[in-house]
Amino acid sequence: MSRTATANGLAHGRPGLWRLLLNNRLATLGLVLLLLILLLALAAPGLPLADPDLTAPVDRLLPPLSPGHPLGTDALGRDLLARLVWGTRVSLAVGISATLIAALVGSLVGLVAGYAGGRVDMLLMRAIDTVMAFPYILLALVIVAVLGPGLLNALYAIAIVNIPFFARNIRGITLGLSRREFVDAARLSGQSGRQILFGEILPNVLPVIIITISTTVGWMILETAGLSFLGLGAQPPQADLGSMLGEGRKLLFTTPHVSIIPGVMIFVLVMSVNLLGDGVRDLLDPRLKSGALTRPVARTAITHQVPAVTASAAAPRLDVRGLKTEFHMGRQIHRAVGGVDLRLDEGECLGLVGESGSGKSVTALSIMGLVPTPPGRIVAGSARLQGEELFLASDARIRQLRGAAVSHVFQDPLATLHPLYRVGEQLVEAIRAHQPLSRRQAEERAERLLKQVRIANPRRRMHAFPHQLSGGMRQRICIAMALANEVKVMIADEPTTALDVTVQAQILALLRQLRQARDAAILFISHDFSVVSALCERVAVMYAGKIVESGRTDAILSAPAHPYSQLLLQCVPVLGDPGRRLAAIPGQPPRLHALPTGCAFAPRCPRAEADCRHLSIALRPLAGGRWVRCLHPLLEEHGSA
Amino acid sequence: MPEQPLLTLREVTRLFGGGRTLLGGRRPQVHALQAVSLELAAGETLGIVGESGCGKSTLARLIVGLDRPTRGHIRLQGDGRPTARRVQYVFQDPVAALNPRKTIRRILEAPLIHLLGMERGARQRRVAELMAAVSLDAQFLDRYPHEFSGGQAQRIGIARALAAEPELMVLDEPVSALDVSMQAQVLNMLDELKQHFGLTYLFISHDLSVVESVSQRVAVMYFGRIVESGPTRELFSHPRHPYTRLLLDSAPVPGKPPLGLDESDAELPDPYNPPPGCAFYPRCPRGGVRCRQERPLLESKSAADSHTAACHFPLETSFGNP
Repeated sequence: MSRTATANGLAHGRPGLWRLLLNNRLATLGLVLLLLILLLALAAPGLPLADPDLTAPVDRLLPPLSPGHPLGTDALGRDLLARLVWGTRVSLAVGISATLIAALVGSLVGLVAGYAGGRVDMLLMRAIDTVMAFPYILLALVIVAVLGPGLLNALYAIAIVNIPFFARNIRGITLGLSRREFVDAARLSGQSGRQILFGEILPNVLPVIIITISTTVGWMILETAGLSFLGLGAQPPQADLGSMLGEGRKLLFTTPHVSIIPGVMIFVLVMSVNLLGDGVRDLLDPRLKSGALTRPVARTAITHQVPAVTASAAAPRLDVRGLKTEFHMGRQIHRAVGGVDLRLDEGECLGLVGESGSGKSVTALSIMGLVPTPPGRIVAGSARLQGEELFLASDARIRQLRGAAVSHVFQDPLATLHPLYRVGEQLVEAIRAHQPLSRRQAEERAERLLKQVRIANPRRRMHAFPHQLSGGMRQRICIAMALANEVKVMIADEPTTALDVTVQAQILALLRQLRQARDAAILFISHDFSVVSALCERVAVMYAGKIVESGRTDAILSAPAHPYSQLLLQCVPVLGDPGRRLAAIPGQPPRLHALPTGCAFAPRCPRAEADCRHLSIALRPLAGGRWVRCLHPLLEEHGSA
Repeated sequence: MPEQPLLTLREVTRLFGGGRTLLGGRRPQVHALQAVSLELAAGETLGIVGESGCGKSTLARLIVGLDRPTRGHIRLQGDGRPTARRVQYVFQDPVAALNPRKTIRRILEAPLIHLLGMERGARQRRVAELMAAVSLDAQFLDRYPHEFSGGQAQRIGIARALAAEPELMVLDEPVSALDVSMQAQVLNMLDELKQHFGLTYLFISHDLSVVESVSQRVAVMYFGRIVESGPTRELFSHPRHPYTRLLLDSAPVPGKPPLGLDESDAELPDPYNPPPGCAFYPRCPRGGVRCRQERPLLESKSAADSHTAACHFPLETSFGNP
């Protein structure tokens, strides 16, 4: 859940599209070159150029930098500079028009096929397949042969040949979009098929069409040049880059500049288009938008001076102090974790409760440096595993501990398990990554682990692929994997949220059993108080990156001290008590890049007073080993009473 | 029957797949919904409970008209207006149900234009009313969906459903994608809207405590069939079907330790090839030979009893859950 929260934050904190494009140096270079060429081509009629088609046999094959002919002349004495500029104009016009025609027709075919589905889709796509079945250039040649040579016919040929490219791309996207819920919603709003296709789906497909255009224009210009080179495009005396190249070909060895000059122009033009096109794709492609372009490093960056460890004999299993983790996005700093202390003893289970965006998952991921950098970084605090400072440990040591002494179980087992490997292989790999066992021994160990997590017939299950197992079974495999290597601390991040209630009950019972049997400490993260109370003796409630209350679960359940804990308990319906009016928490959680001063809950708190809004509030002790971060708690403070 | 129910489903079955391949082989067929009969009186809230894959969402899509039943029929009392004007749908994932490239105003105006044919001026007034009804500020109207939190997006989804002035709202897991603090806001708001507009709700959820708190009657679904239905209080305090019992025992309650229930790792039956007898038989602690061979029918203990269960050996004694 918090992952989507950060993704949303990312979309917000993103600088404008233009700035992002200009950040990409190669794309900027492409843009500048392309703009220059476009300007030149557009300005051609106004430039003081010679007539490109005027032959002058006396001046034939003049070298570049000749007086009156800066780039020299060709075999008929025509000015090469003039022909180059006019030829570029023609090539660009044909290439771009062909792309636009192909985009229009191809996208239309793709949209209709993807939306209509069934027979319409079948017929349209088989027609497209037929076009694709012919070798590209051969088909273009055939079309030109039928229509007759000429620039316009070459344009048609290239457009037709490229329709499938658009149609297939757009169909795929449309197919996915038309199964989306907002399309159902539009249908229920009474919109007709055409209104949905062009009003709802098209705006969402548009970025893909633009990406496809930007990546094909260059290719289309090349193809135009190719057809003209073969004499099927521009007809003499009209100049276009391909025909200029074709005419210069015969003279390549005697007067190379006649062919090299248009060749270089084609190269620069196509290169600039492609560089820009790649830049545009990086910007608009939804798959790259999520931050895939910023490759995270293997471990979260730690930017502060971590205090050295003073060895102590009775160190707890896990001791986190003053942890602060931030996400730097654009100019915004999202303070996801703002100073968290956690302590886990042997065989203990601590529940971390909070809503999405409260920082509970980021806290858990920070411990082993699993928060992606960029944009995440740990800016304060320490985390000690049995006295060993994790924030000072080497990368090799962290790798050794990950999945062994400290292991994770995540919400979605289908996303955690590799879909292409059998679960047994994955388990064996996890074991052998940390223990010097033979394959055979590791397999035996894996089988024992599966038995421990109560999977019937473990030997057969080892050969199953993740998709062949039910959700509960998959989560058991993930738990087995987390137990595989002498686990000291298991971090379970909403491990039952994606499961059905009956399966959830089974997994909770299993975790309870395992904890007793293996005395591993568990950090159990959930948004659901009732799930946490089923497993954990102690619970810590998080809000806006800070722990606002902690203590024994039963004590907090029966008498919460922080107003937020109380409301959190009162706002969920309880089975067997349906008549109770739900206490809704008014307002919205605060934005992590603009946290209020003072208590972050004050704007929503029924007990807030003036002092809540400007003082920074510390965790203070209450009776019974409880702590609360509140100036006006629901319980008396320890000692002050 | 004192009064005609608003919505009646008779033996509604929905199969997916089937038919023949090009070479004449049979395509596999999934039984998503099998002979479901339901009645919904005007003004009531019927809760539908079940786990993933039990056919809840298929049922919802059939009722709102996004899909058609393979067999059986669905009838709305007093036909006349088209279904979309009388029955509206609230989606589970509030953000996915809003087109990311349209402003809230355009999203809310769509039903007003296409279903009600409203003029521009009337539309503006109505959109403002709708926003007020779901307690959102009218200044949000020109923003895009990604700028909203899940709870706010779900209010917009509810406002859109209200726009068509429906009689029946099908709420498909309307709060399960929301944070707990937002859940209560939305549940309370749904309750107020129901009073205010005289709506009828079909409330689908996997969360028993939510269903218990909102509905007057509940139907429990398992594997495409209704296995038990009855008045909420009665059904939750005296479940007759062992599956309902299992669901109730599995639901986490603050302060209650988990029970080591249902240790059998029996899976759901194969939906391509439903068993002849009771679908719950492999997981059932009470099953007998008869359960494997003969499918139990949805029956009540007496004619006057509206509490029905499809079980050969229903639970008789009352359990906890006072």
